[in-house]
Amino acid sequence: MKARRRRLTLLPQVLLLPAVVLFLLFTVAPGGYAIYLSFMKQKAGGGLFGTDNPTTVFAGLENYRAAFGDAEFWHSIGRMLLVAVIGVPATIGFSTLFALCLDAKRARLVGFSRLAIFLPYAVPGVVATLLWGFMYLPATSPIGGNVVNYFGSHTVFFAVANVAVWGVLGFNMVVIYTSLRGLPRELFQAAELDGASELQIALRIKLPLLAPTLTLVTVFSLIGALQLFNEPTTLKPVTNAISSTWVPLMRVYTDAFVDNDIYRGAAASFLLIVLTVTATVAANMMLRLLARRSER
Amino acid sequence: MTAATTGTPTRARAGTAGAAGPAGPGKGRTNWIPTVILLVGAVYCVLPVVWIVIASTKTNSELFSTAPFAPAFHGGFFSNLRALFAYDHGIFARWAVNSVIYAVGGATLSTIVCGCAGYALGKYRFLGSVWLFRIIVAAVLLPQIMLAIPQFLLLAKLGLTNNYAAVILPQLVSPFAIYLCKIYAESSVSDEMLEAARVDGASEWRMFYAIGSRLMMPALVTVFLLQFIGIWNNFLLPFVMLNRDRLFPLTEGLYGLLIITGGQAAQYTIVIVGVLVSIVPLAAVFLLLQRYWRVDLVSGGVKA
Repeated sequence: MKARRRRLTLLPQVLLLPAVVLFLLFTVAPGGYAIYLSFMKQKAGGGLFGTDNPTTVFAGLENYRAAFGDAEFWHSIGRMLLVAVIGVPATIGFSTLFALCLDAKRARLVGFSRLAIFLPYAVPGVVATLLWGFMYLPATSPIGGNVVNYFGSHTVFFAVANVAVWGVLGFNMVVIYTSLRGLPRELFQAAELDGASELQIALRIKLPLLAPTLTLVTVFSLIGALQLFNEPTTLKPVTNAISSTWVPLMRVYTDAFVDNDIYRGAAASFLLIVLTVTATVAANMMLRLLARRSER
Repeated sequence: MTAATTGTPTRARAGTAGAAGPAGPGKGRTNWIPTVILLVGAVYCVLPVVWIVIASTKTNSELFSTAPFAPAFHGGFFSNLRALFAYDHGIFARWAVNSVIYAVGGATLSTIVCGCAGYALGKYRFLGSVWLFRIIVAAVLLPQIMLAIPQFLLLAKLGLTNNYAAVILPQLVSPFAIYLCKIYAESSVSDEMLEAARVDGASEWRMFYAIGSRLMMPALVTVFLLQFIGIWNNFLLPFVMLNRDRLFPLTEGLYGLLIITGGQAAQYTIVIVGVLVSIVPLAAVFLLLQRYWRVDLVSGGVKA
């Protein structure tokens, strides 16, 4: 520490400047502006239809009241949570299972399997959805879309969750697998000498030691799931099962761009950011607690 | 820190790392259960891509009449490709170029911005540095995609939407990338080495670009790839920022194609071959670069 202070330098401040300026311009300022807009509304001006020179006036909590009081807003949150409840456990469960299998002794073809499972990560969400959309569509489906209705009132949630899981499974698997490789091998060998089976080692030793990594990937998956937008938006043109307000972000988009009410859009947007951050922080704290307990 | 990457054959190394038992890993009977589980997973992940390759070989009538997994060899693939690149005076190629500009430009700038910030926070203590780092850690939890709409509202107010910068600039700062670079700089750029350079009279700036940035290379490559994928995949930000189709990236262009061809099954083949063409280059880049891409760094920060 002393050595670092010996010479006065402005280098760290200079190096940090671009990041700080960009953060202020593209995170703090838009956030502040959205909060400001959320408390405003358009007041009709003169003219026959009240469209001449409309003015912006203070609206108080009106936009928030509108968002809170709108059943469709809560329904969109409900649908998003339903997809998350299917998708997040499936992502974490399967990527952990695959990572443990990659690490298992005498498993074959692991190089091929690892690459194959990682491949969808290179496919953008929109493109993956188009791909699966054609897989689901009765006219083109190679997986029995003319027998199974993938866009039914219940199945559509699985259909959307499936696209999301397909895209992120491999990345999470690799993150978990690399952290598994970093664990001390001696532990497993000692357990093996004591007569533990491979399954017991995986469940009793490897899994608890993975707890911090699993916490991290779960939190990131959750942040991703709460921002669900690409998949339902891209599926919407091919099915009536998805409305233009199917998930909260689509709802905000519709408010701001289709109905041209940026004030309501801003209020819903800000509300959503607050709810998402709260949910993420709560989940993070809960998972950390669980992870700490399992480490003991 | 282990040197595990997505591509290197870590299994081979695992055999020699510990004191291998009498039957070292890799020898003996195949362990069928994990092998089969992994193959099922592999089929699930690859099957849609295989199907799109097959579907792209079909003409429109074949698409609806032939068996789904039987490719057609009646020149359908090349006529589909021609139709795709001829569509709207070749706008598909333009979208592909745009995607490369957004992803390569954005990821390069982002790596520089986040790498510099991470190095400064990792190797220096100054007024406010601890405080700044706390803000960055908290900002990791911010829903970045959700910020797109407030970002649009502000830029629209200033009349700055509808250009390349409107898509690139908002994506340059990634709190997670800064966090990752800070942790990596702390562990890989040793104070002794910097001190030696200081004694030899190197300037702080020279220490950064000659020593710091080189030692941080694995983290920088990882950040580049993470940001590249993030920007390449981002849909909502270009979706709100752009309304001129000549500025669209691939994702938005393909989505627009689907909207335009919406009800008409007659245009599906164009979209299908477009999906294929937009998957192949990135998948190829991935397979080529995977040895350099240190996914272990993503979870590295949580080990402590």
